[in-house]
Amino acid sequence: MEEVEFEILRILEENAKMSPEEISEIVGISVDGVREIISKFEDEGIILKYKTIVDWEKIHSDFIYAIIDVKVSLTREKGYDDIAKRIAKFPEVHAVRLVSGEYDFQVVIRGKSLKEVAFFVAEKISTIPEVKDTVTHFVLRTYKEEGVTLFTDEEDRRLAFVP
Amino acid sequence: MYRRVAKKVAELQPSGIRRFFDLVSGREDIISLGVGEPDFAIPWRIREEMIYSLEKGFTSYTSNLGLQELREEISRYYKKFGLKSNPNQILITSGVSEAIDLSIRTIIEPGDGVLIPEPCYVSYKPLTLICGGEAITIPTTPDFKLTYEKLINYSETNSKALILNYPSNPTGMSYTKKELEEIADAIIEMDLLVISDEIYSELTYSGRHVSIASLNGMEDRTIVLNGFSKSFAMTGLRIGYAIAPEDILDGMTKIHQYCMLCAPITSQIGALEALKSMDEVDRMRAEYMRRRNYLVKKFSEVFSIRKPDGTFYAFPDISSTGLSSMEFTEKLLIDEKVAVVPGNAFGECGEGYIRIAFAIKFDLLREAVERIIDFAKRYGKS
Repeated sequence: MEEVEFEILRILEENAKMSPEEISEIVGISVDGVREIISKFEDEGIILKYKTIVDWEKIHSDFIYAIIDVKVSLTREKGYDDIAKRIAKFPEVHAVRLVSGEYDFQVVIRGKSLKEVAFFVAEKISTIPEVKDTVTHFVLRTYKEEGVTLFTDEEDRRLAFVP
Repeated sequence: MYRRVAKKVAELQPSGIRRFFDLVSGREDIISLGVGEPDFAIPWRIREEMIYSLEKGFTSYTSNLGLQELREEISRYYKKFGLKSNPNQILITSGVSEAIDLSIRTIIEPGDGVLIPEPCYVSYKPLTLICGGEAITIPTTPDFKLTYEKLINYSETNSKALILNYPSNPTGMSYTKKELEEIADAIIEMDLLVISDEIYSELTYSGRHVSIASLNGMEDRTIVLNGFSKSFAMTGLRIGYAIAPEDILDGMTKIHQYCMLCAPITSQIGALEALKSMDEVDRMRAEYMRRRNYLVKKFSEVFSIRKPDGTFYAFPDISSTGLSSMEFTEKLLIDEKVAVVPGNAFGECGEGYIRIAFAIKFDLLREAVERIIDFAKRYGKS
């Protein structure tokens, strides 16, 4: 991949609202060129989706997040990929990662209440035949999400003119 | 006549941008492109290391020269700009500002000429005058570059030293190795000492920064100054350094031990950690470069502008508006609530230009650039 393509990805990863016009001014290729590269990335599934990072806690939303450690036993027929896909297809599941360590998967669940999340794990995850064990950690507070800190304790204190 | 304030000091001109402070103080609605310091805070791992050092009780003086480990690390680091140096040739100072003062005080005697290409940073001339030196300015507009020809014109003067600053505040211009070699020919012919202020070296976008001290015949006549303020966003910590021939460094160290004793230990510890945090510099440089590209592209619609090779400054020619630098700056501040610095604050030949600092978040930069373009179109002659 060319450097300019990398640069476009880095810019969009930081700010998905950056327009093709602005990106063109920053990277120095034509607006059409930028559009072409972006739609190529979209077609190829390199850019998957444009999302917004919301600080739900600020509006006292009722969403509950939980991180579930899942231990599985593999069989000849069912490998990690098969089990992961099965878990990932539930809309309640926010993220699924294969991880090293004592447990095999780290699954992030989003639900409306403690009860809903607990029942979901009990009914949908633990009952998968290959799942041997789960540990549920409810998220009490999020401080950083997707590289963005969800708190501000620093402000611009610079003087208006500095030679 | 008895005077409380010494004549030399009384005669110094206050900095040309001071009067704008009053116009903007307390106003929240102004976007300032007048800030010559990074908009990033000090990278957290550097801050964390300094906090930890305070917890452990690192609060004493260090040796006058500075922490040995830091000087060794700087000596290794500076090889990337082509210069091999011994840690004994390195003095840690309270920012490059102190190092400029020490350099001039060490080499300049009353009556000695100091060659200063303009537009340039605001402290070179006053610090020369305080030492009784003669500040001989060399106008470099419109390309902002010193050349062999421009310099050799001054060979009949009493000049003893040249102050170079590249990449340059306020113009953003820098030099290739070949251009530096040509300047060095004139420097050697004129037997000058050089104070090379390379504080923006890490913020070089086109090509590689080369220290002039690394060129043939230059090491023994060059004082290299650099620091952590711009590259690592550590302005408030006041930490810089000088790499100089041993006799000159000895002189500078003598003054430093009497006026400063040593650079603050917390800042020295932060600097040491900074040199292990080059990824942070890459991240900030990439962001400045995006803003530079955007700014130059947009401004070329209305101004004649040279693409900065480095720094976070651009120095567009605003003469198409028919306004002087000062008028432009004042009207822009009142009409559009955007603050910039008039070019003549950096020397007479900066008249007709303004300095834009793009050390500001992209959204604010975009807003300010649009306002400036509207403003310029309104005043434009064409």
